[in-house]
Amino acid sequence: MKRTRLLALLAVIAMIIAACGGGDSDSTTTTADDGGQGETTTTAVDTTEPTDPPAGGGAGEGGDLVILQWQAPSQVNTMLSSGTKDFFAGSIVLEPLAEIDPVGNLVPALAAEIPTVENGGVAEDFTSITWTLKEGVLWSDGTPFTADDVLFSYEYCSDELTGCQADFSTISEVVVVDDHTVTFNFTNPKPYPYDDFVTGLEPVIQRAQFQDCIGEQASACTEQNFHPVGTGPYMVTDISPEDFVSYEMNPNYRGIPEGKPSFGTVTIQGGGDAESTARSVLEIGEADYAWNLQVAPEILGPMEAAGNGVVVTSFTANVEHINLNQTDPRGDPPSEFPSQHPVLYNNPEFSRALSLAIDRDSLVAVGYGPTGVPTCTMWPVGDQASTNNDWCLTRNVDEANSILDGLGYTDSDGDGIREHPTFGPLVFDFVTSTNAVRQSNQDIIKANWEEIGIGTNMSNQDASLFFDGTSASDFSIWKFFADMEMFTNGATLPDPAAYLFSWTQGEIPTAALGWPASGNVPRMQSDEYDATWEELSQTAPGSEGYNDLVIQLQDQMAANGTIIPLIHRGNVSAIAANIEGLGEPNGWDSEYWIIEEWHRVDG
Amino acid sequence: MGTYVLRRTLFAIPTLIIISLIIFAILDLAPGDPTNQLPLTLPDEVKERIREALGVNDPFLVKWLKWMRLMFINEPLNLIDSIFGTCIGDCENRDRIISWSSRAPAVDIIYQRLPQTLWVLGLAFILGTLIAIPVGVISAYKQYSAFDNIGTFVTMIGFSVPTFFTGLICILVFSVWLGWFPSFYDGSYVVDWSSWESIWFQIKQMIMPVAVLTLFNTAALSRFTRASMLDNLNEDYVRTARSKGLRENKVITKHVMRNSMIPVVTLIALSIPGIFAGAIITEQIFRVNGLGALLITAIGQGDVPMVQTLTFIFAFLIVVFNLVADVTYGLLDPRIRYD
Repeated sequence: MKRTRLLALLAVIAMIIAACGGGDSDSTTTTADDGGQGETTTTAVDTTEPTDPPAGGGAGEGGDLVILQWQAPSQVNTMLSSGTKDFFAGSIVLEPLAEIDPVGNLVPALAAEIPTVENGGVAEDFTSITWTLKEGVLWSDGTPFTADDVLFSYEYCSDELTGCQADFSTISEVVVVDDHTVTFNFTNPKPYPYDDFVTGLEPVIQRAQFQDCIGEQASACTEQNFHPVGTGPYMVTDISPEDFVSYEMNPNYRGIPEGKPSFGTVTIQGGGDAESTARSVLEIGEADYAWNLQVAPEILGPMEAAGNGVVVTSFTANVEHINLNQTDPRGDPPSEFPSQHPVLYNNPEFSRALSLAIDRDSLVAVGYGPTGVPTCTMWPVGDQASTNNDWCLTRNVDEANSILDGLGYTDSDGDGIREHPTFGPLVFDFVTSTNAVRQSNQDIIKANWEEIGIGTNMSNQDASLFFDGTSASDFSIWKFFADMEMFTNGATLPDPAAYLFSWTQGEIPTAALGWPASGNVPRMQSDEYDATWEELSQTAPGSEGYNDLVIQLQDQMAANGTIIPLIHRGNVSAIAANIEGLGEPNGWDSEYWIIEEWHRVDG
Repeated sequence: MGTYVLRRTLFAIPTLIIISLIIFAILDLAPGDPTNQLPLTLPDEVKERIREALGVNDPFLVKWLKWMRLMFINEPLNLIDSIFGTCIGDCENRDRIISWSSRAPAVDIIYQRLPQTLWVLGLAFILGTLIAIPVGVISAYKQYSAFDNIGTFVTMIGFSVPTFFTGLICILVFSVWLGWFPSFYDGSYVVDWSSWESIWFQIKQMIMPVAVLTLFNTAALSRFTRASMLDNLNEDYVRTARSKGLRENKVITKHVMRNSMIPVVTLIALSIPGIFAGAIITEQIFRVNGLGALLITAIGQGDVPMVQTLTFIFAFLIVVFNLVADVTYGLLDPRIRYD
């Protein structure tokens, strides 16, 4: 019997050895050290103050950086990425022509400068843009990067069978002027011409590597998609899809003479969930960065108190807001002009009272924690944000009550709810998607409004029906068969003209159009707003008066009162306390957009 | 014996084909579309061409036969080629089962994940077995002794406290408070067997998940061993053996244990496929991205080829280890002869 037991065990052991042996021999690199203890490497020559910026140590001498992405990358070719997880993994290898900084400004990456109308890079009629590329940029295989690679990247994605997520459909032609100049001609004039090859989502890939991977062949190019040749600070050494990606410094990176990047190796480690990765960085201090931490504030707070790391939030234009239906959901046909909502249509004073009564700080404390800040505008982006309506930040129930009294909405029957002369009791249907945060916020808003004599019937709908762009269900936000709706809107590019266009009258969804998923969900009607937008669309971004127009639009929107902005929502990440050089967290581009600046400080 | 093994092996083939049909049919009926992951901006006709290229629109039987060809012919051939460095037939352009999400061959990804699973689950299984059998035997032999009582207490804890609880307690104590061990398993770490530091790091990152799983495995197996031993200890043949004047040592090891091991071996053999299937909850807690985690992400992403391949491999292992269990009976108990 001893023999049989031994046999069984031997079989198991043999399998283990076979499997592990195979795993080891595949791999020739050693990447991870003990997870961020900052051990000195044998090559490090510490000649300067450790607190100096990256120049303090040579490039690649800063040891290992461990990033935790609980959703691990499935591949590294950003062009084929199926989500943020892949986009981020690709962004430290591949580079676009220009990146976008945390406040929405363009920063040249592979481009030498940002083309504008003033410097002649953008045509006066907005029909083309000419990018001048940096000289002397090398791919990680040592060959020079040229304008031809930009042309190829365009061709690669233009074949729809490639399955590219980048959208170059507004380009009619890419013209290579010379090795370092490339022109995009547009099918229609584009006043905001910076949406092609801008941000890490639309990087340039190498023709030499991907020329046989166009169209149907794209999926078969596993090796290329796992180890893309890039111009960025790192290159992939090893990848196990949905598990980890290991990188080492790109030896041909142009920043090396300046000592960038500091970290010699980077590991993106997947698995677990948001809470456990947050614990690793904040509470245990065994990793350097944790991404996308949708964790309840009461859990994240004590973790951060351990002192190993800090929570950072990146913002874009995502704003949780309440839409007041301008059309009558009880009309025939419902929620369509010419029927107007008896109370809410063009009633800015009433909207102001509703807004003043809401305790935005409580909404944040209960539902968002570090991921949200109260806001009073739909475009809270850098210096384009209007601060003229910040009265909404301070809750003022007395003022709200006096506004309602002034409007003649009084509680005549003493049931605590005010009555409208024609509408009757001011009780509204208020709908949002099914989501713990939104329901807790509904409770607060309901209580807040009861204080000013406004009643609500709170309900929620499954997100898959509520946000279904085909409007197959009557619960879709575009049909809006309710008085009020709460959800979040956002923009993918810091292009206010494209975003604010959503609330012009042409964007009102109607049954005749088949309830398209267009932007003007609350059916805002403002000729003044439309005229200002028209003016903005003729103005080049960055030119004089541009930001004033953007602010003017927000103020007109606020004066109209159709939309009540609530919370500016961001994405939360955690970073080890001893890592410096991140700058402001970036929501517009990859969070690792300046990973070459990151470095570890001792102590 | 030889004919029996041969017969059983041949019988396994139709079993596997039927299993493959069931797996394939269930997943084929499940909703899901490989083009769901693609951007919404793609026109419908392009999506249709992509579906066409992937063969999604073929009739069910054609799809199944195509998949069978990949699973039973191409993948085994590829495995042989990669092990022996040979090239059978057109090995350069051989069709493989491609994962929809990572666009890499599914079997290659499984192979990449195998080491982590086997390190943690395999080790926990071996340790669990090595601890459980002696504990079970001694507990039964010295029934109601202090050892038995303590053993019963510990195994009941291991049996009834779920791993997601013991796992979190371990992380809290050893990672957060004491800071001894990392709370997650770094699958990209390559162990350098010539360096003690490197081996020590590997031990440190394995110790918590292995300990948690070992406790769990030990609990079930030692209870089982104890019960089986108790059944046999009171049998007549044991009294006969003792009355013959055999040393107690011999009575226990040669007679009682040998008979008691039959159900235990079944349990062990049938648990081995479970090692490969992964411990989904424990893997999630310690971020061991093994096969269990792979299956869960694949299901979440609607990656049908990956789910099909994984479930079929699990089914294959279960069939094989059933056979192994039956054969081991024969070795343990000479009375059992199948011929």
